[in-house]
Amino acid sequence: MSTLLQQVLNGLSLGSIYALIALGYTMVYGILKLINFAHGEVFMIGAYAGYFGAIGLGVERYGAAGFPLYLALVVLVLAMAAAALLGVSIELLAYRPVRSAPRLTPLITAIGVSLFLQNAAMLVFSPNPRPYPPILREVRFELGGVIVTNVKLTIFVVALALMVGLNWFIQRTWTGKAMRAVSTNLDAARLMGIDTDRIIRVTFAVGSALAAAGGILFGLDQIMISPLMGVLTGLKAFVAAVLGGIGNVRGAVLGGLLIGLAEQLTAGYLSPDYRDAITFVILIIILILRPEGLLGVVRPEKV
Amino acid sequence: MQALRRLATASAIALVLYGVGLWLSDGLIEYAQRIVLLAGINVILAVGLNLINGTTGQFSIGHAGFMAVGAYGAAFFGVKLAPIFARVLGAGAVAEALTFNVALLIGAAFAGAAGLLVGAPSLRLRGDYLAVVTLGFGEIIRISFNNAQFLGAATGYFGDSPAGLPAYTSFFWVYGWAIAIVVLIRNLTFSQTGRSLAAIREDEIAAEAMATPTTRLKVLAFSLSAASAGIAGGLFAYMQSGIRPEDFRFDKSIDMVVMIIIGGLGSISGAIVGGVFVAVTLELMRDLQQYRLVLYALLLVGIMLVRPEGLLGNRELPDLVRGWLRKAKIAK
Repeated sequence: MSTLLQQVLNGLSLGSIYALIALGYTMVYGILKLINFAHGEVFMIGAYAGYFGAIGLGVERYGAAGFPLYLALVVLVLAMAAAALLGVSIELLAYRPVRSAPRLTPLITAIGVSLFLQNAAMLVFSPNPRPYPPILREVRFELGGVIVTNVKLTIFVVALALMVGLNWFIQRTWTGKAMRAVSTNLDAARLMGIDTDRIIRVTFAVGSALAAAGGILFGLDQIMISPLMGVLTGLKAFVAAVLGGIGNVRGAVLGGLLIGLAEQLTAGYLSPDYRDAITFVILIIILILRPEGLLGVVRPEKV
Repeated sequence: MQALRRLATASAIALVLYGVGLWLSDGLIEYAQRIVLLAGINVILAVGLNLINGTTGQFSIGHAGFMAVGAYGAAFFGVKLAPIFARVLGAGAVAEALTFNVALLIGAAFAGAAGLLVGAPSLRLRGDYLAVVTLGFGEIIRISFNNAQFLGAATGYFGDSPAGLPAYTSFFWVYGWAIAIVVLIRNLTFSQTGRSLAAIREDEIAAEAMATPTTRLKVLAFSLSAASAGIAGGLFAYMQSGIRPEDFRFDKSIDMVVMIIIGGLGSISGAIVGGVFVAVTLELMRDLQQYRLVLYALLLVGIMLVRPEGLLGNRELPDLVRGWLRKAKIAK
């Protein structure tokens, strides 16, 4: 029983990272109908931005005393801002020029951008994995037979706070309302006087910032980061978005948590070898049984 | 009469291939021979991938996975079949040739079946899902071979003898298979089925409205494409003493995508040019290994921004040459 609880807890904390990344996929897809392949790399660059931010703020000097909380928040905000800038530049340089081209063109462009960022990162940061700086000093405590660490709790709380913030942004602000309008119908939204280019920019900025937060949390959780970390994690987050119903913000959160849980339970009860494979099994099943995703609505394709 | 003429053409081609093969094996250093063989294998890969990515407009970025299935299938069954064929036909060139080609076909069958398995669920939906599913599949296949003990796991499969896999692959077989596959795919592309595939690329909904069985045709094109990647994998396997899961990494899939995009999506002659181009540049850039993928990535994005249809677009080289000649005549 306590092992089950333990796996569920770990699964939820991992799943909330996937959910943060999945939000970026789902928002961009909702508006542009584009699988933003470079999103996994934005997540990776976000993790590196956090790494260099923490080193730059002298995380080593604090030693056993631990990194002050306000500095940890500064690192988080800096990394999110850097990733937002990166996301917006990718959109401006690579996606905007091909926005009206046939569908395959932006897809290939996105794959190209993703490859470029991976390999540029390997040249700049070196291909070797790096240990993540101790932004948070791990404290373990036991709760009813389950080992809880403050890192896992922080991951869960930060992710939850960001998602609540996003929900407020989308539901309560004018920009959020415009985002929903653009995602429903881009042309109609433009006719209503919405600056669609600006909304697309905002979408990329918000999605990328969330991915960067996911990157830092991932670094805290897995201790190591590497230039190729975005490939598999990005893929899993995309599957999470599809599972929840791509284009659906709440679906992405649900999908992320479910994928995280499935992965941890597979690793715990079947074999750790299958932890990556289970995601694709889920993807195939969902594509066969319910391609619109759990919370998605069936929208017939129209001419 | 026509059958006779075809037979004559085929034998003439075979004779020429055999002659050129002999001449090459005498005249070229081993290193250059390797590039020539790799170019032929690339042509098979590119033309096969072009059928699904270019002609049908569904994007696969995991074709290295199908190549791996073909390579392992051909290597494993070739090694097991060789003694049987040698016993029946007597050891010699005939038994070897038969073993080799049967092994290639078995590898292709496995690759095609894998294509069916991956394509059937994902091709019912819009094209971009295929990209994600094939990407995942390519990785899963590699991880599976990495863990398959009877196929040598991570150290790779070298057959049962300590000398490794026999070196069946020669100029004759590589280019023989390349010509056969190019002709097959060309005929398919310009047949009624090929027109339907192009219709799916241009507008899937309209094609469906014209009673085109879109899903079935997409799955067919995808399986054929996977099977030809399987043939290429088999030829690749018998070029060296063994195959390792590392030979079929994601980079390999990207190499293939670069081949067809350079030549132009949907153009068979373009795919051929792209395949040869990548084989040669890969060798020239050997010292710049770590910059290779950065350059490829920039090339991909650059071509998409400047000339999204690739160098040739979906036109064929012979048609272009004919057009230029006509223009030159008019100018005179």
